[in-house]
Amino acid sequence: MSPSIIDAQSILAVEIGTVTTRAILFDVVDGQYRFIAQGSAPSTVNAPFREAGEGIHLAVNRLEEITGRTFLNLKGELILPVQSDSSGVDRLVLTYTAGPVLRVVVAGLLADVSLESARNLAATLPVQVVETLGLNDTRSLDLQMQALIAAEPDLVLLAGGSESGASRSVFKLAELISLAYRVLPPDRRPHVLYAGNQALAKKIKEGLDRTVHTLTAPNVRPSVDIEDLAPAESALSEAAANIRYAQIGGLQNWASISSALPLPGSLAFGRMIRFLSHIGDAVKGVLGVQLGSGSTTLAMGKGGNLALEVFPYSSGRGASLVLEHSALEDITQWLPMHMPDVVARDYLMQKTLHPQVIPTTNETLALELALTRQALRLSMQQMLARHPLYNLAYEPILAGGAVLTQAPQPAHALLALLDGLQPVGVTTLFLDQNELLTSLGAAAQINSLLPVQVIESGALLNLGTVICPVSDARYGTPILRARLEYERGGENVVEVRQGSLVTLPLQNGQVANLHLQPLRRVQIDPRGKPGPAKFQIVGGACGAVIDARGRPLVLPKDSARRREMIKKWSLAFGI
Amino acid sequence: MQAPVTHILALTNLRRARLLPAAGKVLVKQGQKVSPNDVIAETVLHPRHMVFDVRQALGITRPAQLSQAIERRVGDKVEVDDVLARSGGLFKRVLRAPVAGQVSIISGGRIVMEVDSPLFQLRAGLAGIITEIIPERGAILEASGALVQGTWGNGRTDSGVLLSLAATPEDVLTRERLDVSMRGAVVVAGHCAQADAIRAANELPLRGLILGSATADLLPVLQTALFPILLTEGFGRIPMNLAAHRILTTNEKRDTAVNATVWNAFTGERPEVLIPLPAAGSVPAESVTLKEGLNVRILGMQQAARVGMIVSLPAELVHLPNGVRARVAQVKLENDEQLAVPLCNLDVLE
Repeated sequence: MSPSIIDAQSILAVEIGTVTTRAILFDVVDGQYRFIAQGSAPSTVNAPFREAGEGIHLAVNRLEEITGRTFLNLKGELILPVQSDSSGVDRLVLTYTAGPVLRVVVAGLLADVSLESARNLAATLPVQVVETLGLNDTRSLDLQMQALIAAEPDLVLLAGGSESGASRSVFKLAELISLAYRVLPPDRRPHVLYAGNQALAKKIKEGLDRTVHTLTAPNVRPSVDIEDLAPAESALSEAAANIRYAQIGGLQNWASISSALPLPGSLAFGRMIRFLSHIGDAVKGVLGVQLGSGSTTLAMGKGGNLALEVFPYSSGRGASLVLEHSALEDITQWLPMHMPDVVARDYLMQKTLHPQVIPTTNETLALELALTRQALRLSMQQMLARHPLYNLAYEPILAGGAVLTQAPQPAHALLALLDGLQPVGVTTLFLDQNELLTSLGAAAQINSLLPVQVIESGALLNLGTVICPVSDARYGTPILRARLEYERGGENVVEVRQGSLVTLPLQNGQVANLHLQPLRRVQIDPRGKPGPAKFQIVGGACGAVIDARGRPLVLPKDSARRREMIKKWSLAFGI
Repeated sequence: MQAPVTHILALTNLRRARLLPAAGKVLVKQGQKVSPNDVIAETVLHPRHMVFDVRQALGITRPAQLSQAIERRVGDKVEVDDVLARSGGLFKRVLRAPVAGQVSIISGGRIVMEVDSPLFQLRAGLAGIITEIIPERGAILEASGALVQGTWGNGRTDSGVLLSLAATPEDVLTRERLDVSMRGAVVVAGHCAQADAIRAANELPLRGLILGSATADLLPVLQTALFPILLTEGFGRIPMNLAAHRILTTNEKRDTAVNATVWNAFTGERPEVLIPLPAAGSVPAESVTLKEGLNVRILGMQQAARVGMIVSLPAELVHLPNGVRARVAQVKLENDEQLAVPLCNLDVLE
């Protein structure tokens, strides 16, 4: 039975991050679920504390100060459920992004079938794939065993065999895994998640459980041409939680009073995007972007189907990998000022040592946002290569992460997203300014009404509607006439030229009908019909924007001209 | 607000756990004095194995024949050419061990034998006294002396006599400044931007190099150097912080251990330099509450590595010159200059 507002319950969502732990309160106000407040404190997962509980206590204490309510009793325990004196909360949910990157071995039969699906399942978490084992592995048994041991994984993901498909080869892989880890003492053995042919699941679990703790999940590759990762997420969350319980002190205690299994941040975020895509327009879909200190998570949802992947690129610890996979000029090309390469590289590498440091000058702010653009670009390119059925046309696009939410102006975030993601068609960009999406994804496990009502309450900041027409016209050619017909009367006409970034005269919250008249061959929205278009838009924090800079967006080679252009684009937003 | 600290101390009592990642053999005793290169404990981290398929090797088809054919038990030590299994019948076949080893597993018709596995040796990393033995894992060792923690290390450990090439915290290390008299020494310099200088240090070789900073394009050379390299500040043209510079330059000619381990924020392991001194200091705190009076170092590009003292901690957020809003601390530098620095950009020195 779906929850109703009659059995409304307050929910405390705790997010345990590497740098910050946050306690977020959702409760009912005027018959609707609302985001009430959040308290945050430095995380205590890392040394010297190595205990999550202290950070959680401090964050909840801060929430108590902000709300004037009491959530902890004198012993420091969370009061569950709400008491007659209004102290406490009804439910608790937990998410975490803290802890070392998980080391994962992926094992499957064919490289581009089950092995690929096992890898894709692993990629829904921030992991490092440390070894791959497949049917076509030409190494001797001795060497395979050696490699499995040397990889020192936390988790082995074993897939293989479509439903009613191969069995012998899957058993052979399971035997090898069992053999390899039997020689290690129990405290050094990894967890195993089997997500292959279900006909073998019981036998595989029985066989492997004698050596390694094994969980089973529905087949991630039920047939050769179908991949279905979603049903395996719960078991993956459970496996990840079991590993984290052993690594992060205090986590298991808090999990024991939680209403649902603690979720890794990326899976909670993915759940939220899937959830929104399910209730939203199936044709348009939803794109979620989460920029963390060590990784970037992309979640593409359409009609309840989700493609989710965590990339090791970021503006913090992941800066070194952005540099490793890009030329430095892919980053510095976005700077509106000259910065010597050596200075830029040094700053970015220094950021990997101190990811918490915030930029204090215009130059370093621009460099961090430039790095963010390239982290997004790399992630999106790899995402689309792995999921060719998905594209760049989404509405809405929801984005979060400190590098965006802590930028001085919303337009900084909007421009970084446009340049990094390079969406096409008509979309609306929202900024998760309070970093709620992950917690809402966790809360959705126990209350499906809450996320919808919280999002509808305006908890996300509408950055603005963006129209990204695609045309092969030459730079400077008029391609589109945009006529804004304001709801309260009056109109404004703007001519859009190829290569330009135009902010439409629309204030935050102002409603208007937008009429778009192509002046050349222009694709306004790949999902719509060719020719003129008309739709209603609501102004966001950055008004509304027509991004006619072309796709892919190519910047001028000449550095002076390029910098002038970047300054011009920023000036369009008054930044 | 609790904040972790970086230790830059002229005299302290240091307590470090040196533990194997897996159970093994502890080679030291309580009360024993150790040098940085002494092995504390050892274990086989990644055992090597050979797998023998008895069924295939002997052509056995019936499972019942397998147990009769296998002549070894788990735990048996075998030498080269020792028989592992043999089939019966008219045409007997024999499976012999091609190398020496120990039988680890017999299962499903397979014999798994552990062979010449490499030993992982855990070294002390600093000179001190073993104060506690952790059975099968390692030991706690204590030492007193000057301690300088760094931000980056190339993963190596060694020790030698400390020599300073850093008359000032920004003094640059070049190939020309290194000579044969420095062979086997631990050298201190302010900054390095020259790959050639690192190569020259490798050729001498040095036993350690302590730099304030290096340019990031030197990373491949720094990482592959055969001696420990430690950066106190990190990447960029950043002078060594004054507190570290003072300690390192006033302890010249003393034996110095450089443990240039990779900084692991989760475990707390970080690169550090220890200069043993004959006096006892106090054990430093690993975390402190941010408050007025604390000594801090500035991180980030502007004013990087400058050391000062927190004089106030305003509660409200302020706008930085670039528009970013942050909580700041007012920090008084050694030259009496006062700056507003975001809390995120401060590193507590204790």
